[in-house]
Amino acid sequence: MASIKIRAKLSGDVTTVKALIKHPMETGQRKDKKTGKKIPAHFIQEVKCEHNGTAVMTALWGAAVSKNPYLSFKFKGAKAGDSLKLSWVDNKGQSDSTETKVS
Amino acid sequence: MKKLLTIAAMLGLMSAASVAVQANPQQDLAEFRAYFKDRFPDVPFNDYVNGVYAVDQASREQWEAIEEFPPYELNIDKGKKLFSTPFKNGKTYASCFRNGGIGIKQDYPYYDTTAGKVVTLEGAINACRKKNGEKPLKWKKGAIADISAYMAYTSRGHKIDVKIPADEGALKAYNRGKNHFYAKRGQLNMSCADCHQWNAGNRVRADILSPALGHTSHFPVYRSKWGGLGTIHRRYGGCNKQVRAKPYKAQSVEYDDLEYFHTYMSNGLKLNGPGARK
Amino acid sequence: MINMKRRTFLKGSVAAGAVGAAVSAGLLTPRTVMAAWPTAAFESKSVDSALDALAGSHALEGSDKISIRAPDIAENGAVVPVSITTSIANAESISILAEKNAAPLTASFVLGTGAEGFVSTRIKMGKTSSVIAVVKAGGKMYSTGKEVKVTIGGCGG
Repeated sequence: MASIKIRAKLSGDVTTVKALIKHPMETGQRKDKKTGKKIPAHFIQEVKCEHNGTAVMTALWGAAVSKNPYLSFKFKGAKAGDSLKLSWVDNKGQSDSTETKVS
Repeated sequence: MKKLLTIAAMLGLMSAASVAVQANPQQDLAEFRAYFKDRFPDVPFNDYVNGVYAVDQASREQWEAIEEFPPYELNIDKGKKLFSTPFKNGKTYASCFRNGGIGIKQDYPYYDTTAGKVVTLEGAINACRKKNGEKPLKWKKGAIADISAYMAYTSRGHKIDVKIPADEGALKAYNRGKNHFYAKRGQLNMSCADCHQWNAGNRVRADILSPALGHTSHFPVYRSKWGGLGTIHRRYGGCNKQVRAKPYKAQSVEYDDLEYFHTYMSNGLKLNGPGARK
Repeated sequence: MINMKRRTFLKGSVAAGAVGAAVSAGLLTPRTVMAAWPTAAFESKSVDSALDALAGSHALEGSDKISIRAPDIAENGAVVPVSITTSIANAESISILAEKNAAPLTASFVLGTGAEGFVSTRIKMGKTSSVIAVVKAGGKMYSTGKEVKVTIGGCGG
């Protein structure tokens, strides 16, 4: 929850979701300036957004998605007050999720 | 008639000389603003706080895309938490600042006439820590930038209001800052003004040079290049290095004085930190 | 085994039997059951091979029903805002590729129930390249591209 900021705004019958996730999204190619060694790849591989338990968006990401990644998409079928859950899993098996209400 | 004119001319010369010896900040400010108004006649005064995005449409659009959900929001959250967490002695940062530290960034930097030096916001944050028995934070990034970001955020919309008291020390500090801004340095032998005043809006390779008017309003800044948040002194060091000059230490007197002059030149513009830049 | 993963991903549904077998065989850990991460696609070094790995084919039909919003000249190649909008009916997925990146496939968005044809994100681009948007719908793949210039900065890097 601490790594995800999410906003879900309803306009007419379309909900626009915007999310910002704190994550290094390391490609594995960057070298540590002090040791000269490559910093291991560490990036989010999958982001899933569920509305009332149904997946509305599944994003598959590679390391070329920018650091502290941003995601936005739109979907129909939600009402104000509906619950939205966003979760992510990275290549190291770490994960996080958060819930928000459509407003 | 001739005699009167001669005397008047002499007086004119004398007052010009005394102005050169004694910095006249208000006059400098008027000339600074006039210069940029002349250089960018279509840019409204209040838009200068957006830096290069006030003078270049293509990069402005990218910046607006980033501002839809800027990465510094994560730093503001972190900063708020740090700001509100009590020290070991039970006190919080609020106890060191006017109005509990909320909405006060427009006062900084200020000249402490008793201590005889310029006090920056980051300087005040660490002074607060020292006062309450805590170790100082590193100056350029990390926790200090997060706290500064939170304090800057609570001050958004407030007009920058750096004061230069009628104090010899304050005027000297202002003058030193002004000299740094206009002095050539480094292997590239360039001054801050070379890029950000005389060549503001021009390109240096692929970068467009931001105008110095409004420069300080958006700090601390999340730079895509850094992949994170940094303080204004971090940027000063970077800029010095970029003209291949040896950088000064963050929160050194040199940078404190520069920030004093630099921020004064943006008086009247509304704070909009923390900001996002390339 | 690889085939099973790919087909499961393409169908986008949980083929209980096949996936169940894969889970017990230790190929799919429970948290990745919904959509296995297509390693081969993300590691492919060309647009064609990435699409082959992702969707079994690289046959693309140009479409003017896809628009890419991305800068002509990226301010910073590490953070390039890209938005894809499509009016193609029943779009199942939108993928973004940066042609000249070492591994072109950057992201693939599987559109779920009610999702509109719009995605926005920020990607890293190693150099000037075409950004390609691929929309999968009705068994076909449609695409359009836009060149984004990536330059070295001026202030010493």
